Formats: sequence, structure tokens, C-alpha cells
Amino acid sequence: MTPRTKILSGLVRHVILLTTGSLVLVPFIWMVSLSLKPPAELFSSNFTLLPEHWFAVENYTKALTAAPLPRYMLNGVIVCAAILLLQIIVCAPAAYALAKIRFAGREIIFGFVLIGLLIPHQVLALPLFILCYWLGILNTYAALIFPFVVSPFGIFLFRQFFMSIPDDIVHAARLDGLSELSIVWRIMLPMSLPAVIAFSIVSVVGHWNDLFWPLLVVHSQEFMPPSLGIVTFANAETGNDYGPLMAGATLVVAPLVIAFFAAQRWFIEGLTAGSVK
Amino acid sequence: MSQQQVVVDRELWVETGSAEALAGYALVGPALFLILVLFILPAGAVLAIAATDWHLGAKTLSFIGTANFTSLLADRAFRAALFNTAAYVLMVVPSTLVLGLSLALLIESGKSLRAFYRAIHFLPFMTSLAAMAIVWEALLHPTIGLVNQVLAAVGLPTANWLRSETTVLPILAVIGTWQSLGLALVLFLAGLKAIPQELYDAAEIDGADGLLDRLQTVTLPSLAPVSLFVVIVVMLRAFATFDIVQILTKGGPDDASVMLLYALYRESFEYLRTGYGAAIAVIFLVIVIALAAIQTRVVNTRTSRS
Repeated sequence: MTPRTKILSGLVRHVILLTTGSLVLVPFIWMVSLSLKPPAELFSSNFTLLPEHWFAVENYTKALTAAPLPRYMLNGVIVCAAILLLQIIVCAPAAYALAKIRFAGREIIFGFVLIGLLIPHQVLALPLFILCYWLGILNTYAALIFPFVVSPFGIFLFRQFFMSIPDDIVHAARLDGLSELSIVWRIMLPMSLPAVIAFSIVSVVGHWNDLFWPLLVVHSQEFMPPSLGIVTFANAETGNDYGPLMAGATLVVAPLVIAFFAAQRWFIEGLTAGSVK
Repeated sequence: MSQQQVVVDRELWVETGSAEALAGYALVGPALFLILVLFILPAGAVLAIAATDWHLGAKTLSFIGTANFTSLLADRAFRAALFNTAAYVLMVVPSTLVLGLSLALLIESGKSLRAFYRAIHFLPFMTSLAAMAIVWEALLHPTIGLVNQVLAAVGLPTANWLRSETTVLPILAVIGTWQSLGLALVLFLAGLKAIPQELYDAAEIDGADGLLDRLQTVTLPSLAPVSLFVVIVVMLRAFATFDIVQILTKGGPDDASVMLLYALYRESFEYLRTGYGAAIAVIFLVIVIALAAIQTRVVNTRTSRS
């Protein structure tokens, strides 16, 4: 290629990708734009990105006070943190046993993990709902957390990482007098930090964004996680007063978007692995 | 032969009895118990409930065999759900595939801003679809929505996208494609990186040095296994579409956008026809397992080839 065609093709590449990129971002831009505008400007036919009269303070204040939005966000933090913590506590030792300890029935147990990996959660919703009813935990944090305390994907991912750690390290740790459990916490997990980070991202993003399960088991606003909360807010809002609603949506989406741009590579690799399994 | 048998048996005995093996059972125990309670038994329960006429909350139920499945096939609403899901998948999968591949090729064709372009196209995949569905509703609003305003400004016909039987499913497919695009893009980018440079060098020696020649002789054939993989992953996601139906259409108008998971939700938790809903869950599970089986075969042929 001549230098001139090279520059030209580079330019074409940027033009196309900037166009498709902007189209992909339209909903995000529109969301933020509407969250800054007063009601009167929503109906004007000449659309502008920025408002003529800034209404951001009013919209965001209303989103934070008219709906229990801070509550939804706090619920999201509580539920996601509890799920992630319990998942790691349950899955890491199991993954270690499946990767490094020889015992009869290991293959069968790993087979159960693979079956669990295969079944979509929505298929199990009905019996899990009944289970939560029997346990008397419907409409509590426990109902949002309990069905997810074990993650077949977590066991699978950790096992894969643990298997790549040399046996000699395990033997040396045993000679040093470490218990099996402390080998998991003090050697295996720290050495598998990429897996822990990838799994944390998959877990937190999945449960922050989940609508299906919270919709089934929670009906009080005091327990609603962000995605269900914002939908409830949208249903309660009558008319076309989009400003506060878009402000609420922005606040629900913002934490993960900010985290995403701060640790882009981790998010992309983790979430891709999580969806491919 | 028999000697070998003895050795194996003794090894097994040592394994089950040793302190190490006991530690293994103790470590895997809690996870195993929870997998049985939260995955394996519920899966069995779904199969069992699907063979009954149980209504959620009812004290009695009777075994009715495959009656739920035969009445599902005769049910107009369920056939609509099946048809709509298939149509939705057939719209989302090809468009995600073509767009994802084109964008991956375009991003890979230059050196600058690769990470930036990858990130902005990936963004919808990781944001709350529930929150973004509400934004899409505003975009698609018949009078003040951006979509209709732009269309009117350039003189194209407008529509009440989510309330018209002809436009509702295609517009949901647009949203679905918008969401899955980033995943396909990232998978294709990984696939492109895995193509060895020697293949391009060899093609150049054979006279294939133009951009299109290289694409046709090297890039696209090398990406065939990845493409099949992307098709299945995106298909699995498309089959499991729920949020946008629940938030934007509730299956309407007149069941024109009812899909499998929404039908499952509606029968089980709104109409409380639990046995019937479980039968839908079983059908959904069969589809997922079939796709996963194909996926495993694809992965196996891919790894055995390389």
C-alpha cells in the first residue's frame, strides 16, 4: 500500500468505528441528556444534547428522594457482597479438593458441577421459589442470596486455575504444617488472583443486573436490588416525566460503568469467560 | 489382569480411608450439598412437577403424565411464544454475527484506539438491561422519543414501535443485538488474534496480497469454528430473553412479543398454573441442552484441529 492509501484507509476505519460506536452509545447519551432536562424541554421537537435550562439538581434530587433509590443501591451492595463472599467461601475449598486431592467419587462430584453449570437458572426458578417459601425466607435478603451461594461456574473456574499450580507447592505447604483449609486461603486463592477477579466481576455484574429472580421473590421496596427497583420506579411514575426516571437509571448504571472503564480488560475478559463457560 | 485389579482396589481403599481423602470430602462437602439442594434436586422437581396438574398453593395435585406437553402444543399463546422466540433468535443471531465480525475486522485492521473501540461497543453487554430497557422505552416513545423525531425530521414514516404487532418483535431484536454485539465482537477479536501470521505470509506468496484476497483465503476460513461458537453463545442468550419483554411489552400487543421465558414466568407466577409452567421450563431446558451439546462438539473439533 502506498502511504496515501494507508492514511485514507486508516481514516475510513476511524470514521466507521466512531459512527457505530456513537450509535451503540445513543441510549447512554440520551439517558444522561434527559436526566438533565426540565419536563418542558422533553416535548420540544428540536432535540438538543444539553438542556437550555439545567434541571439536573431537581431531577437527581427527585430520583433520590421520591423513590428509595439509595435503598435499592444499598440493597444491591449488600446482596452482591454477600453472594460473592459466600460463593468464594463455598467454591474455593471444593475446587481445591477437586483439583488437588484424590478421593473416591471425585469424578462423580465434578459431574454434578458440570450439570449445574449447564442448567439455566430460570429453569430452576419454580422449585427454588417453593424452597424459599418452605424456609420462610420469601421477601427477605436471604431469598435473594441463598439460591446463589454455590456457583458451579466458580468451582469450575477455580479448579482450572488450581490445577495449574504445581503439586510441589501443595506438598511443601503440608510439610510446613499448613492445614488443607489454610492451603486454600493462603496459597491457592492468592496465586489465582486473576480467577478471583474474573469471577468477582461475573458474579457482581450478574446479580446487580438480575431482574428475573428478584422479581419473583421480593415485593417490598426495602429489599429490592437496583434493577428491580428502577423498574418499580418506572411503573410508579405516571405520565412522561422522564427526567427523574432517567436520573435514576443513570445512578443504577453508573457504578458498574465507572468500574468498567477503570478496569476494562478485566471486565471484558471476565465477562466473556463467564458467558461462554 | 487380576493383579492390576487388586492394586486399583487397594489404591481406592487407601484413598477413601486416608486423612487426605477425608479432608477432600470435608472441603467438597458443603458445595456438594448445596449443588444437590439448589441445582440437581430442583431440576428433578421441575421434571416431576411438569407431569402434574399442580396449581401454586393448591393442596392437592394429580399425576397427568405428558398431558401438559400435549396441551402446550395446542395452546395458541404457547405456540406464539415458541414462534416469536424462534423469529427473535433468527433476527438477533445473524445480525449480531455479521456486525460483530465486521467490527472486529475493522478494529483489528488498524493499530490506534483498539481498546477504546472495543470498550464502547462492549458497554451495553455489561450494563443493567432492566435500566437500559427503560431508556429504550423513552427512545421509542411514539411522540417525544428520539427515534420517531429523527425519522420525522428526515421525512421517513414513524411508528408506535412497541405497540404495533408488526414492529414489536423486530425492535426487540434490535435491542437484543445492541446488547449482544459486544460479546460477539470480543470473541471474534480473540479468534483473529489466534490466526498464525504464517498463514498470511503463505497466502501472500501464493499471490493473495489484496485485502479482500486475504480475507477470503485466510481470515474467514480460519474464523469458521469461532463463528459457529459465537452463533451458539449468542443463540443461548437470545433464547433466554426476558427483561426486555417484561419491561417493554409484557408479551403484547396480543401476544405478538411473548417469548419462552416470559411464557414460563406468566404461567408459573401470574396464572399460577405451576405444572404447566414447569412443562415450559422443561422445553426450555431441552433447547439449552441441545445447544450446549452442539457447543461441546464444536469446542472439541476446534481443539483437536489445532
